[in-house]
Order: sequence, then structure tokens, then C-alpha cells
Amino acid sequence: MIDFLNLEPVRILLYLVAICAFVGANAAYLVLAERKGAGRIQRRPGPNEAGPAGILQPLADGIKLLAKQVMVPPGTDALLFRAAPLMVMAPPLMCLATIPFGDSIVAVNLNIGLLFVFSFGSINVMALMLGGWASRNKYAIISAARVVSQSVAYEIPMLLVVITMLMVTGTLDLSEVVKQQAGWFWHWNLFKVWVNPLMPVTFVIFFTCMLAETNRAPFDMAEAESELVAGAFTEYGGMGFGVFFMAEYANIVVGCCLATILFLGGWQSPIGALSGGLWGPVWFLGKMYALIFTVIWIRWTFPRTQFYSLLNLSWKILIPVSLGTLLLTGAMMKLMPFVFPSLH
Amino acid sequence: MAIVPLERKPLTLAERSYLPGIVGGLKTTLKHLFQPNVTMEYPEQRPALPPGYRGAPTLVKDPHGREKCVSCQLCEFVCPPKAIRITPGEIPADAPTAHVEKAPKEFEIDMLRCIYCGLCQEVCPEEAIWLQNQFSLTGYTREEMVHNKQRLYELGGTLPDPHLKWDKKLAAEVAGGASH
Repeated sequence: MIDFLNLEPVRILLYLVAICAFVGANAAYLVLAERKGAGRIQRRPGPNEAGPAGILQPLADGIKLLAKQVMVPPGTDALLFRAAPLMVMAPPLMCLATIPFGDSIVAVNLNIGLLFVFSFGSINVMALMLGGWASRNKYAIISAARVVSQSVAYEIPMLLVVITMLMVTGTLDLSEVVKQQAGWFWHWNLFKVWVNPLMPVTFVIFFTCMLAETNRAPFDMAEAESELVAGAFTEYGGMGFGVFFMAEYANIVVGCCLATILFLGGWQSPIGALSGGLWGPVWFLGKMYALIFTVIWIRWTFPRTQFYSLLNLSWKILIPVSLGTLLLTGAMMKLMPFVFPSLH
Repeated sequence: MAIVPLERKPLTLAERSYLPGIVGGLKTTLKHLFQPNVTMEYPEQRPALPPGYRGAPTLVKDPHGREKCVSCQLCEFVCPPKAIRITPGEIPADAPTAHVEKAPKEFEIDMLRCIYCGLCQEVCPEEAIWLQNQFSLTGYTREEMVHNKQRLYELGGTLPDPHLKWDKKLAAEVAGGASH
């Protein structure tokens, strides 16, 4: 039995099913968590009719979306229109394959995991752009243009931060990055101020860019329902829209996983003890969901920014600051090479 | 001095960075997260109606079960949206309440026209029409939303008023030897 499970194709298949289930369950229940969170922040109960405390709400939503007709409006580019939801859903599924949820719980332990996640993460933007373009709808096209310029603006500071992290850790292997942060929580990259005094700032930049890359409020210019109807999703109905919606949450999961691995010590315990075995996934998921809660919390706190402010924030603040941290890290590497795990 | 010149301070660096604002906003929403709901789950929970609430107009009976309305039609005439339509009728001479002489044959209030102003209640000399606590009326057809006499008495019930002026009038007339 054990031999059978260790066969490579069987292992991959098991991980594939598990990842699909993880993404599906997360997408469904994060929507509920979001609506419940919005309700709590606005001092109302949120959805509470379907099942006890509304826990069957995602099921009801799913049945409703599945029962609706998938319309391809006349004049659209039918192929691209249909391909866009697939392209938006596939990258987060691919990315999760390299995310280490625990000491040995990882589908494919790539030694270029970080690069892999970022290369596939960028496809998401192309899918939104194609969906908007193929819709033959002026709002969708405006949204597509916005998505591209927003993505270009925020990929740069995000990648600059990732390069900084790469200089600190010296590896693209996500499991290795986590292993370097073993021990108490001050060993997490977030608190390694002796490596780079601006480490918390780089985390804030990374988190902000993640919000912008996943098109979350206050940076959800792609949807912007008060200006652009529903942006790139205007012409999508039924499960076509449902997949875009699920992909948004799947992308948030990937982004928060990555933030957890790069800055919060991944599956390492924050208190030195209680690590190993099943504690790994527990710590990992705990940190990840704390970040996801923050994402929801931010969404229901701030109104959407103006598009110009959005670009200004990136080009005038985040990029210079992230360049500054990059230079500072370089200088620290020259001055104090003994604190860098990458130089050992 | 009527005019007080205020010093307009430029924004500080911290204010221009928005960071205190962002933190303040997050603190506010976090505070609300742990406070009780301010909403009412309506169909399950009902609001406590204040005394004097003006809900749907209804007709009431006196403690002896006599319909109080004598179809004087004052409410019909005063009704601003003309929602009330009364068909007056006579009480048969052999009925125990024959001395009241008149009662409505049909009494209709169109709830699609009613504006819940309460003028009918105010004008009624018999205290027969009352705006009570019923505030949620629904129906599948327009006809259903026109309340007839039977429905109005169902909604209204009995007014526990011991005054019974028509019985007193009859008693006074009998004592005075008046003839009918």
C-alpha cells in the first residue's frame, strides 16, 4: 500500500486532487468568510439563512451559478471569452503545487519554486485582460487596460522585494526558505532587522503589492462596480463569473501562502516548540488565514482608491522604497556578511 | 470680534503619508468587529411598536359584539386618498340593536390607496375605526388588498370600552317613556 502511494504518478494525482479540493473549498468558504466578515464589521449578521449560521450558503450560491445559462454574447471572441476563466483559474492551482504546507507536505519540491510561483502568478493578469478584451464591451476593455497598467506598476515593487528576499535567503527553494527561519519568531524574515533594518517595511510593500496583484479592495480597479459595471466580468454570467470569483480567492490564498513562507516562517512554530508532524500545517494554515483575515479586514475598511492614486502609490512610493531596501540589503551584505544565511 | 481668523496648518509628514489614517481606519473596523449587531432579524424578531402607532385601519365591535360603526360616512368623506367606500344599510326593526338604526351593509378600505393618516379614526364619532398595530400587509392580487367588512372586523376585534352609549340612550328613552 505504502509502495503504491509512493509511486510518482499516484502521488502527483493525489496532490492534484487535494490541491483542487483545497482551492475549491477555500474559494467557496472564503466568500462566506468575506460576507460574514463584512457583516460583522458593519454590525449585522451576514448570510445566516442557509443552514446553521449560513454555513451552507456557498453550496446554495454554487447551485444557483451552475443552474444559470452560460451566455456568449454575439460579437465576442468566443474562444478567448471561454478560455479566460480557465486561464484565470489554472495559475493558482499550478502555484499551489510548489507551496510547502508542512515539513514534507509539498506536491513538487522545485528548487526554483519562487520563480515558478511568480511566473505563473503573472498569467492571471493576462486572463483578466483577455476576458475584458474578448467581451466586446467598452467597460470590460477599460477594465482590461487598467488591469494591465496596474499589474505592470505593482509587479515591479513586488519583484524588487522578492529580489531583496532572495539576497537574504540565497535560494529560490521555498522549503529551504522556510527551513532558514526555524526557531523562535524573531528568526522569521519579517523580524530579521539585523539583516536589513527595513525588513518590516518590505513586508508591508509585499502585502500591498499582493493586494493590488490580486485585484483586492482598495485596489480593485479591475472590477470597480461603481465606475465600470463589473469591469472585465461585465459580460460573464453563471459559472463563467463564478470561476473568476473563485480565482480571486484562489489568488489570495496563493499570495498569503507566499507571504507566510517568505516573511512569517512558513510551517515553523513561532515559539520554538510544538513543531514537526501535524503542527507544521497547523502553524502554516494559521498564519495564512490570519493574513487572509487581514485582507478581508482591509477590504471592508477602506474605499476604493482613485486610479491615479493607485499608480502614484506604486511609481512614486513603493518602487523607490523597495529600491532603497534592495540597496540597503546589498550594503548590509558587504558590511556584515556573517548574518546572511545566503553567504554561509 | 465677530471674525476669528483660524490658523490653517499645513499637513504634517505623517498626515501626508496616510499611515495614521490607515491605522485609525483599521482600528475602527476592528472595534466594530467585536461589538453586537445593530440590526434586527426582521421576520423572526419584530420591533416593539410605540403606543399610538398608526398601522392599518380596522373596524371594532363593542363588548356585546355589536358593530360600532353606524355608517355615518364621515370617514369616507374625510379620507384624503379616498380609500374608504361605505354602503350604508339599516338594522332590521326586530334586531336587539334596532335602536341604533343604521350599520354599514358593506365597508371597504382600499389598502393600496390608504396613507395611514389616521383622519378616519380621528373623525369617527362612534370610535368604530381604529388604526392598530398591523403594519405588514401583502396580497397576490389588487382585489385582495381591498379589505371588506369581514376582513376589517377580523383585523379589528373588540374594543373593551364599557361606555356603551347606545344602551344608555335606550335606557334613558325607556325611562322617559319615549316611543319608537
